[in-house]
Amino acid sequence: MSLLELKGVSMVYNGKVRALDNIDFKIDKGDWVAIMGPSGSGKTTLMNIIGCMDKATSGEITLDGISLMDVTDAELTQIRREKIGMVFQQFHLIPYLTAAENVMVAQYYHSLPDKDEAMKALDRVGLADRAEHLPSQLSGGEQQRVCIARALINYPVLILADEPTGNLDEANQNLVMKIFHELHDEGHTIITVTHSTDVGREAQRRVIIEHGHMRESED
Amino acid sequence: MFWQMVKGALIRQRNRFALIALTVALGVSLASAMLNCLFDVGDKVNQELKAYGANIIVTPKNSTVLKDIYGLDSREYLNEEELGKIRTIFWTNNIVAFAPSLEGSLDSMPIIGTWFNHKMTLPTGDSFETGIEPMKSWWQIDGRYPVDGTNEILVGKNLAAEKNLKLGDRIENLEIVGIVEGGGIEDDSILANLPIVQSLENLPGKIGSIEVSAITTPENDLARKAAENPNLLSQQEREIWYCTAYVSSIAYQIEEVISNSSARPVRQIAESEGKILDKTQLLMLLITILSLLSAALGVSNLVSANIIECSRELGLLKAIGATNLGVILLVLAEIFIAGIFGGIAGYFLGLGLAQIIGQTVFGSGIANNLVVIPIVSALMILVLLLASIPAIRSLLSLEPANVLHG
Ligand SMILES: Nc1ncnc2c1ncn2[C@@H]1O[C@H](COP(=O)(O)OP(=O)(O)OP(=O)(O)O)[C@@H](O)[C@H]1O
Ligand SMILES: [Mg+2]
Repeated sequence: MSLLELKGVSMVYNGKVRALDNIDFKIDKGDWVAIMGPSGSGKTTLMNIIGCMDKATSGEITLDGISLMDVTDAELTQIRREKIGMVFQQFHLIPYLTAAENVMVAQYYHSLPDKDEAMKALDRVGLADRAEHLPSQLSGGEQQRVCIARALINYPVLILADEPTGNLDEANQNLVMKIFHELHDEGHTIITVTHSTDVGREAQRRVIIEHGHMRESED
Repeated sequence: MFWQMVKGALIRQRNRFALIALTVALGVSLASAMLNCLFDVGDKVNQELKAYGANIIVTPKNSTVLKDIYGLDSREYLNEEELGKIRTIFWTNNIVAFAPSLEGSLDSMPIIGTWFNHKMTLPTGDSFETGIEPMKSWWQIDGRYPVDGTNEILVGKNLAAEKNLKLGDRIENLEIVGIVEGGGIEDDSILANLPIVQSLENLPGKIGSIEVSAITTPENDLARKAAENPNLLSQQEREIWYCTAYVSSIAYQIEEVISNSSARPVRQIAESEGKILDKTQLLMLLITILSLLSAALGVSNLVSANIIECSRELGLLKAIGATNLGVILLVLAEIFIAGIFGGIAGYFLGLGLAQIIGQTVFGSGIANNLVVIPIVSALMILVLLLASIPAIRSLLSLEPANVLHG
């Protein structure tokens, strides 16, 4: 059985804007899929639905055996907390907490903050020596790696990254992609959204969204 | 972790939280000052009231009328020997003190004969000590009270200043042992033992008036009806009235025992003061409520602005798994910490404010009533919760997907 399966999923904003139209999509455990497509095609909308931040207007979604369409908002929050690790295009760290504390916030809302675990996660992305720094003292690439550490900390079954390298230079982009490769090799299931064909090519499989419709990439 | 986040938010947005604390401090200071005054003002006004003198003044029956109609002094007097009868009335135990008074002049200065602290034997055979000293508790004496039966006198403060009289000076054969300040006619007179003035004026055994201080029951409709004319009461009403310690019934009973006398409660003043007291207290209560309400409005605006400013962070917390409750608690903790700091500062500010009000309005300090602390705390918590409602509502509708849209 697939880890995630979407059947006929549509998303209509304000009863007018059809951001997703009848999407069928599947991802198996351990897969790395890149979602590509032009701006405004519905990529973030899809990520929000998969990431349990938003509910689709219609269709069926199963994540790890749970149907996301018949749960309450509170349950959705809980599923998000338990199963999803999220990385955003803007790095989105709490500005007054250190790198380690930013990772621990995710632990706090999940279960219990554990400094050792947080340090291990930071070490995992090569930032053990920057643990006590505030986000403002870190470069964009370093901030994004803190976000990845935070996404990993609660052992999610699915890692979602919406334009994780969108705001990074090439060196940092490569560093982040290297981490994703390592995560993939370790058996993590990953969905990345990107504009860039270069970044998309790193993934094992590519799908393309255009005007809310999805198709597999030819290559 | 929770407190770390609270601390971080407080430090980062210290300006806004300082404003919240300040707003709460202003509201709480006004509220606690007003409540302290509110609780103390009753006592204060009663003290002021006492300064108006005795509850009951007894004069010869016709003197006032004649004086009013013919503009001349009728020269009627009461008999000193009847004074003890005041302690034989039904409400005798409610008579705290009384003192006779006889006016005269000495070297063209006004002199009042009275009792300072006079031991007397009552018609019942008991002995009773009374006079001005136990009655005029607010008088300030530089020196001491004269001893009964001596030539010692008090001189009023204004008179002493005018005639350049000091302690130890003599007027004729009378020795000044005290300078008195009481705020009444005593400030412009000499006060001597009664027999001295009686012999000066050649009026042995006569007195001009009696001041009586009595413990009384607050007035009610029955008392007011009786005050107009006791004869209009029904038999039953009359019995109730007579056997209740209204100032009017005590005055009536005094008239019954002192021949040819008219006893008038000094009540007009007390009543209007009572009304003013009610109004003042109402005003203070109103200020308390309004100051807290405006604090609530101010805090509510500040908090809402804060939420808008932090919506990204709060949305992020929701995105990484924080529940609505978790985010609300975080924001409430921040508000309450700022609020509590402000509240404590405001309370002490309010104590100072109460003293200033006390000094300017009543000329004395205001007691710090500890009851104010729990009341103000409860009101403050209410204000903070009220102020947080809009913030909580916007937190509930905060969608992480919208704030984090990338
Ligand atoms: N909250 C919303 N309310 C209304 N319309 C929305 C909302 N979010 C997205 N849309 C619309 O849905 C469509 C898809 O938007 P989406 O953000 O998913 O695009 P995207 O593929 O992520 O674009 P980009 O590459 O620029 O990030 C757009 O037309 C957008 O205007
Ligand atoms: Mg997008």
